[in-house]
Amino acid sequence: MSQANKYYSGLAVLILSLLVLPFALSAAGTAWVRITNLAILFVFLSLGLNIVVGFAGLLDLGYVAFYAVGAYVYALLASPHFGLHLPFWMILPIGAGLAALFGVLLGTPTLKLRGDYLAIVTLGFGEIVRIFLNNLSQPINITNGPRGITLIDPVRLGSISFGRSDQFFGLVLSGPMKYYYLLLLLLSLVIVVNLRLQNSRIGRAWEAIREDEMAARAIGINTTRIKLLAFAMGASFGGVAGGMFSAIQGFISPESFVLTESVMILSMVVLGGMGNIWGVVAGAVLLSFVPEMLRYTVVPLQMTLFSRIVIEPEVIRLLLFGLALVLMMRFRPAGLWPLRARQREFHKQAAIK
Amino acid sequence: MNPSCLLEAQAISKRFGGVRALHEVSLTIRQCEIYGLIGPNGAGKTTFFNVLTGLCTASSGNFNFAGAPLDISAPHLVAQAGIARTFQNIRLFANMTALENVMVGRHLRTHAGVIGAVLGCAATRAEENAIQQRAVELLHYVGIADRANHLARNLPYGDQRRLEIARALATDPKLLALDEPAAGMNATETAALRVLIEGLRNDGLTVMLIEHDVKLVMGLCDRVAVLDYGEKIAEDVPENVQRNSKVIEAYLGA
Ligand SMILES: Nc1ncnc2c1ncn2[C@@H]1O[C@H](COP(=O)(O)OP(=O)(O)O)[C@@H](O)[C@H]1O
Ligand SMILES: [Mg+2]
Repeated sequence: MSQANKYYSGLAVLILSLLVLPFALSAAGTAWVRITNLAILFVFLSLGLNIVVGFAGLLDLGYVAFYAVGAYVYALLASPHFGLHLPFWMILPIGAGLAALFGVLLGTPTLKLRGDYLAIVTLGFGEIVRIFLNNLSQPINITNGPRGITLIDPVRLGSISFGRSDQFFGLVLSGPMKYYYLLLLLLSLVIVVNLRLQNSRIGRAWEAIREDEMAARAIGINTTRIKLLAFAMGASFGGVAGGMFSAIQGFISPESFVLTESVMILSMVVLGGMGNIWGVVAGAVLLSFVPEMLRYTVVPLQMTLFSRIVIEPEVIRLLLFGLALVLMMRFRPAGLWPLRARQREFHKQAAIK
Repeated sequence: MNPSCLLEAQAISKRFGGVRALHEVSLTIRQCEIYGLIGPNGAGKTTFFNVLTGLCTASSGNFNFAGAPLDISAPHLVAQAGIARTFQNIRLFANMTALENVMVGRHLRTHAGVIGAVLGCAATRAEENAIQQRAVELLHYVGIADRANHLARNLPYGDQRRLEIARALATDPKLLALDEPAAGMNATETAALRVLIEGLRNDGLTVMLIEHDVKLVMGLCDRVAVLDYGEKIAEDVPENVQRNSKVIEAYLGA
């Protein structure tokens, strides 16, 4: 078989298995379809953050802020809170646009910062957005404060609502299963966007800034514009993911957008291999699923062993994140699936030893 | 301004706190000339390049370039106007291939944006091909085409210097400013570099050259300026500069 044939048949198998996956999962329990949906959202988020951190090399610890912006835009425009019920295909672009605007808002004052300093400012930005969401219930009630927004509309396409089960050609599709397919579609779009950008004039300019900002400026790259573009692009993906999150959950509150979420998304990018799209996908899938699997094994295990829960699953999750990163730094410092360039670089260092 | 004059620096001064790195330096560079800038370490040569290319702001003074005032408020504007440079301590995009390094150099003269890249439309693909083709040509020009797919970090030192020149050339400059391009090169590499620079001039480029290798400077340059403690103490053809007593005292020594 030729190389291209192999590639296409591999791709066909992958697509086919992704298409039947929810049926297999719902056999194991609807919860697993929901977990998979959240995992896809995290892959989506990681790919957005990868543009900023992986491509342009700008360490952003406040990424969850854009996720929050997208989520609240959806919640406010499609819930009884303001009595607005716009269709999702209208809200998602608004959310993406507003998140991009927030990206520029964060990018503009931090243009001269790099590394640790940038990380601290972006971290602060994430917290500021969350605190705003918590407090924008007075004097005018915009966000409903810590109580959050409830009864958010599910996605509707014509007469099909993603909130309930439907029958198509004799197949019963539950709400989460429909979301699965929608998310899969959005995810393929974002992967294509990422792949195309990476090998483009803009993608190369991002990489150049990551490698040597002064040299990039000297050869005529308008680093201000190109960096803001990275912030805006990354943020807009966060905004879309946030909108989908709102629709799927039906309820959001500032609690969903804490610093740990930013850290988690960043861990996914770093674990997989910064800058490499497939590495980032792998990292996000791994870090989304493994903790959930543990949740389903650790709790029953503790119950049988101690007949009570000694360590909360949430704690175990964070513990695992730490462990995964430590192990990665020790054994695969460039990530599980590193960018070609870094791979060679670390390989060479190993060879020198 | 004289029509054959490409760059005119007028009373450029630059202070770093108490250090007077440049003091009222004025000079003119003519079209198609190889213009040397020499002087002892710390004389302000690199600082002159940094001010000229917008990487640091001048305390006072201004430039005319190609018959118009040069806006040095941002480096990309200087590059846009047609001035490209290399760095004393090589600054390549280490984890990109040699080819990609030169392709980035085309950024300034190309236009594809996010939408074009994402949609992969015909115009973008044509431009992408042109970028790559030009980059390959330039790698051939500086003689490292066989290294196109090597990471910049893995190239031998001399090739890194050449790659930096290729990347600068990718911006279609009128004036190429080279900061100690022969530093760390052996005699063979230096001789090859000399051929390369002469070739650039024959192809219509104007070159400004900072160099410590006196033999190279004197053999290659049409005119030479000497900086000492931030001041221009001489500017003349090489033979006269070599005989200038101030220059001998400050730089050339015994
Ligand atoms: N960024 C800077 N900050 C402070 N001082 C500087 C800076 N750059 C250069 N200098 C000082 O300016 C003077 C000229 O330096 P430079 O232009 O690098 O000299 P040259 O290239 O001729 O060896 C030196 O005294 C140097 O220490
Ligand atoms: Mg110097």
